[in-house]
Amino acid sequence: MTKEEIMLEITNLHANAAGNEILRGIDLKVRAGEVHAIMGPNGSGKSTLAQVLAGHETYEVTDGTVTLDGKDLLELSPEERAREGVFLAFQYPVEIPGVSTVYFLKAAINAVRKERGLEELDAVDFLSLVKEKARLVEMDESLLSRPINAGFSGGEKKRNEILQMAVLDPKLAILDETDSGLDIDALRIVATGVNTLRRPDRAIIVVTHYQRLLNYIVPDFVHVLLDGRIVRSGGKELALELEAKGYAWLEDAGARA
Amino acid sequence: MATDNKTIEDIANQQYKYGFATEIETESAPRGLNEDIIRLISAKKDEPAFLLEWRLKAYRHWLTMKEPNWQNVHFPPIDYQDMIYYSAPKAAADGPKSLEDVDPQLLATYAKLGIPLAEQKLLAGVAVDAVFDSVSVATTFKAKLGELGIIFSSFSEAVREHPDLVKQYLGSVVPPNDNFFAALNSAVFSDGSFCYIPKGVRCPMELSTYFRINAKDTGQFERTLIIADEGATVSYLEGCTAPMRDTNQLHAAVVELVALDNAKIKYSTVQNWYPGDKNGKGGIYNFVTKRGKCAGKNSKISWTQVETGSAITWKYPSCILQGDGSVGEFYSVALTNNYQQADTGTKMIHIGKNTRSTIVTKGISAGHGQNTYRGLVRIQKGAENARNYSQCDSLLLGDKCGAHTFPYIEVKNATAQMEHEASTSKIGEDQIFYCRSRGISTEDAVSMIVNGFCKEVFRELPMEFAVEAQKLLGVSLEGSVG
Repeated sequence: MTKEEIMLEITNLHANAAGNEILRGIDLKVRAGEVHAIMGPNGSGKSTLAQVLAGHETYEVTDGTVTLDGKDLLELSPEERAREGVFLAFQYPVEIPGVSTVYFLKAAINAVRKERGLEELDAVDFLSLVKEKARLVEMDESLLSRPINAGFSGGEKKRNEILQMAVLDPKLAILDETDSGLDIDALRIVATGVNTLRRPDRAIIVVTHYQRLLNYIVPDFVHVLLDGRIVRSGGKELALELEAKGYAWLEDAGARA
Repeated sequence: MATDNKTIEDIANQQYKYGFATEIETESAPRGLNEDIIRLISAKKDEPAFLLEWRLKAYRHWLTMKEPNWQNVHFPPIDYQDMIYYSAPKAAADGPKSLEDVDPQLLATYAKLGIPLAEQKLLAGVAVDAVFDSVSVATTFKAKLGELGIIFSSFSEAVREHPDLVKQYLGSVVPPNDNFFAALNSAVFSDGSFCYIPKGVRCPMELSTYFRINAKDTGQFERTLIIADEGATVSYLEGCTAPMRDTNQLHAAVVELVALDNAKIKYSTVQNWYPGDKNGKGGIYNFVTKRGKCAGKNSKISWTQVETGSAITWKYPSCILQGDGSVGEFYSVALTNNYQQADTGTKMIHIGKNTRSTIVTKGISAGHGQNTYRGLVRIQKGAENARNYSQCDSLLLGDKCGAHTFPYIEVKNATAQMEHEASTSKIGEDQIFYCRSRGISTEDAVSMIVNGFCKEVFRELPMEFAVEAQKLLGVSLEGSVG
C-alpha cells in the first residue's frame, strides 16, 4: 500500500497514564473505506488507544507518531481533531444536564462546519438533518430535546453516539465498545446504523471485546491487542478463531515472540 | 483535573467590557454625610417638606444602627464619611425637558452600552428610564404610556407631579428603618424610577431602567417604586453597569413593589456592575433591598435576577404574600468569578390564605468566587394551605471556589406544604472532553454547560434579556476554563 492511500498511520505509539505505560509500540495503517476491528482482553489498552487518538489529555504520548492524511494528529487539540474529521463514539457517553441533544449537536456541527469553511446551518436545515439521521438509528425524536444522555438507557446512549457520528460526518470514526451494554435488538440497530455509514472515503475502527458485534459490522481487518501491542493481525476469520480459542492462545504466542 | 482547572482559570480572566468612564462635567456634593448634605439633596430636587422630613428621620435612625455582619461576605469597613452622596451630570442637574436637552456625551455613553435611548430606536418596544450616577436623564415613551394613564418617570419627577402617590406608597414595603442600607438609602436617595399602572391596565411594553455609575467615589442610592393597581399587569427590566475603578463603590438601592387585587408585577434584573479585577481590586458593593408586597388578593409578584457583576452582591428580593391566593416567585442566577462574593436569595412571607411561592436559584462559582444562597420561607399562623417549592442548585468550576446554602424555614400553620431541593455539582473534565471531542472548544463547552444549568431561570426572562443574559454569562466566564 502506498503512503498516499493511507488515511491513519500509527507508528511505534507509546502512551502512559499516571506514569504507567499502557501502549507499548502500536503500529497500524488504516486506509479510507476500510473497517478495522481492534480486539483484546480487559486492560490490553484498547480503550486507551481510542482515547489517545481522540486526544484525551489524561494520557501522555511518550513516543511514536500518528498522522491523519499525512497531518500530525498528536499536535492537535481534541476539538481540532474533531474538526479534522476524527470521531470517537464513547464507551460511556457523558451526561450534560440542561443541554439538549439537539442543542449540543448544533454547536458541534457548526464548530466543525466553520473549520471546513462552510456556513453555519440554520435551525430549519439542521433539524431536518438531525431528524433524518435519527431515523437511521431508530431514535425517538422526543429524545432529541432531552438533556443529552441524562436518563438515557444504555441502548439510547449508544444510539445517540451513532447519531452524532452520522450528523458530524467524520473521516475517521472510532467506536469504543459500542456493543457493551446492548441487548441483541439494540445491537442490531446500532450495527445497521454503522453499516449505513460505511463509505469509500471513510475509515472505521471498531474496538470490541467480543466477536458478536463483528457478525453485524463485518471488518476488513482484525487486530489483537495484548499488553499494549498488536500481537496479531488478520482478516475477519481471526475474530472467529479468537472466539473459539480465547485470548490465552495468543498470550502464549505473545510470550514466545 | 489539572487541565480542567487551568481552563477554569482562563475563563475567569475575562475582560469587563463596560469599564469605560465618561468625561462629563458633573456637579457633586462635598464628601461625607450630615443633615446639611441631605438638605442639599432635597433642595436640589425641590422636594416637598414631607420628603425632607422623611429623609431626615431615616438619617437620624440610621445613625443609631450598626452595619450588619451576619452575611457570608467579607469586606473592609466602609468609610461613610469619605463618600460622595450626590453627583449629577451638570447639564442634566435641572432635569432634561426632552431628549434634545440631554448631554450628547451621555447619549453616546448609553449608545455604547447598547441602550436604545433615542425614541426612534425604541420601536423595539422597551421604554427606558436611564439613571446616570444619581440623576435620571431620560425617560422615553412617556407620552404613549400616558395615554393609558401609566405613569413612568424618574422618581424626582414623580415627587413633583404625583406627590400623593409617592407619599402613600413610599416606604410602605421597605420602611426607612428596615435595615442599615435601606435607612441610608432613605436618607440620601437621589433618584430612581417611579411607575404606576392604573386599574385594569396591562402595560403594553416592557418598562426598563438602566443604571450606570460613572463618577468616581460616588455612592449610588436610587429608589424604585412600582405600583400595580387592581387588575394591572407590568413587566419591568433593570440593567446596570459601571466603569472600572480601583476603589470600591457602594450601590445601595431600594426597590419597592406593590401589587393590589389581581395585579401582576414581573421584575427582571440583569446586574453587571464592575466586578473588580482578577485580583479582587475594585468593584461595586451591591447592597440592595428589594421587596414586593402582594397586598391584594390573587396578586402576583415575580422576581427574576441574573447577577454576574459586583465585587459583592448582597440582596434578597422578597415577597410579602398578604392577599389571599397571592403568588410570589423568585428565579435567580448568581455567578461569582475571581474574588467576587455573593450572598443572595429571597424571603417569602406567607400571610394570606392559599398563598403560593416558588424559589429556583442557580449559583455558579468559578475562580475564587464565593456564592451563598440564603432564603427564608415563613408561613404565618393565618396562612392556611400555603405552599412553597424551593430548589437551590450550585455549580462549581474549579477547586478554589465555594458554594453555600442557608435555607431558613419557619412554619406556624400545620396545613402548609413545603418542598425543598438542593444540589451541588461540578463541571467535570469528562463533560468538557466529551464536548471537545465533538469539535466544541473548551470555552464554548463551559458556556454551554453553564447556560444549560441556568435554563430554568433564563426562560423566565423576557426574550431579548434572556439572550443578553446568556451572552453575559459567557463573557463573565471567559478565560476561566482551559
